[in-house]
Amino acid sequence: MKISRAEVEHIANLARLELSEDEIEQLESDLSQILEYVDQLNELDTREVLPTAHVVGEGDVLREDATRPSLPSEDVLSNAPRAEEGYFRVHAVLPKEER
Amino acid sequence: MSPHRLTIHEAHDLLSKREVSAVELVESVLAHIDGCDSNIRAYITVTPEVALEQARRADERLASGEAGPLTGIPVTIKDNMCTKGVRTTCGSRILENFVPPYSATIVDKLFGEGAVLVGKANMDEFAMGSSTEYSAFFPTHNPWDTTRVPGGSSGGSAAAVAADETLFALGSDTGGSIRQPASLCGVVGFKPTYGRVSRYGLIAFASSLDQIGPLTKDVRDCALVMNALAFHDALDSTSANEATPDYTSYLTDDLSGVVVGVPAEYFAAGLDKGVAERVRQAVARLAELGAEIREISMPHEQYVVATYFLTSWAEASANLARYDGLKYGLSAPDAQDIGEAQSKARGRGFGREVKRRIMLGTYALSSGYYEAYYLKAQKVRTLIKEDFDRAFAEGVDVIVGPTSPIVAFGIGEKVDDPLEMYLADLYTIPANLAGLPCISVPCGLHEGLPVGFQIMGRPFDEGTVLRVAHAYEQSTELHLQRPELGN
Repeated sequence: MKISRAEVEHIANLARLELSEDEIEQLESDLSQILEYVDQLNELDTREVLPTAHVVGEGDVLREDATRPSLPSEDVLSNAPRAEEGYFRVHAVLPKEER
Repeated sequence: MSPHRLTIHEAHDLLSKREVSAVELVESVLAHIDGCDSNIRAYITVTPEVALEQARRADERLASGEAGPLTGIPVTIKDNMCTKGVRTTCGSRILENFVPPYSATIVDKLFGEGAVLVGKANMDEFAMGSSTEYSAFFPTHNPWDTTRVPGGSSGGSAAAVAADETLFALGSDTGGSIRQPASLCGVVGFKPTYGRVSRYGLIAFASSLDQIGPLTKDVRDCALVMNALAFHDALDSTSANEATPDYTSYLTDDLSGVVVGVPAEYFAAGLDKGVAERVRQAVARLAELGAEIREISMPHEQYVVATYFLTSWAEASANLARYDGLKYGLSAPDAQDIGEAQSKARGRGFGREVKRRIMLGTYALSSGYYEAYYLKAQKVRTLIKEDFDRAFAEGVDVIVGPTSPIVAFGIGEKVDDPLEMYLADLYTIPANLAGLPCISVPCGLHEGLPVGFQIMGRPFDEGTVLRVAHAYEQSTELHLQRPELGN
């Protein structure tokens, strides 16, 4: 499986990952090599096999819908790069030209 | 006397008799860290103030007769478990200054038992690696030969135990990250059954595989720590509601009636001859102790690494989506909008290996490839698990083999060849894919470096795994071998 530069850039965008020029080149070759390795799974016929997501299946776990104390908001915000009046402050959601 | 060299049970005896105080014990550990950690670099953060305060309180408990087996015992915690008020980096720049507002359930539990926090251990960034070279801060060195890696990703935890820089440590294991470094550093490392130990407050890597467990100086210590770690936690929806036995009650010298399966596939090409020889000797010792040895087959062993790749990377790419530089962690104040802020923070905050895995995982989950990659891997996971179900159904109690195909390799030797590094995990991965309890115990040296013997058991049958490990360990003196520290 050969991964193109355009595919690397597309995946990086999906993953919200800014990459340097060197990283893009390195990932082109790493991803191609590693995906070629995993292609060996295609040797196995799995048409009749059910997938396993979790091995020790408890199924859905429910609890009583009761209120309980949560962390104080000042503790939650203590690691925030930017906080204001009890909220996280984030960058503009719309790019400048759309505002 | 050098109290830092003690096991948990030895220290507990002395603490109970008041022949050593908890403060003296932790001071001995801290002084030893001061003396040797500049060569080993097991710790990202050392916490002397917390340690001395906790030790003073432990001494009060010991004086009042309310002490348990872990009261006053120094512990080192891998830096991917949240410790309230103590920086928790996950080995990453993106969390370099993160101070958790709460502690992981098992951290609170150990503190409640009176354990004393010595510090936070170095690790591969986000637990992704097998050598601790992918720590964003510095590599850890193997105490047996400081030019070599300690294994990973819990390399700091394993090196700290091996170098007597703590009495025990916690690690996490997604594809071998407790057992492989335990093997390379010559200590005991145990991954319990999936769901056996709460993961609330563990920074997630691959949620269907991650498990917390102890690294200790012997198997009795491992059982003592498991007694504290195994309980149901309502804060972790995957935490199992299974009865917890007293694991020390399994520690006997005799293995009659135990059926030991030895898969031919665990002695395949790529296994170092010296490692194979030590492991064969360990199997022979189990027979001498009364166990029945049975050749078995794990026909899908050759597919475990590829299955693990796709499963762990896909889950990691989803788990790591939360690091966006907005709520905590490294941020990008220079960005123009929120999308750019996220991409820049992640691009600057994640290291090379983490980026590689996020990219692979995102690819495997992306539109058009999900069925060919992620779903395919989940189906092969079923086949791998069925290999184990079959062996256990045929009466096998434990399955054994080498932990790692090779002894500790040189720092820098494999860091530029990701595929070769990944293939070092081929014997540890099956226990994660099948969710089984699995231990690595020292089984001798090869070329002066430790070799690990791996023992896997039925789900929630930690007891039998510990029984076999303990009987083996006590029949040899291999666990008493310690590295000579060059300080």
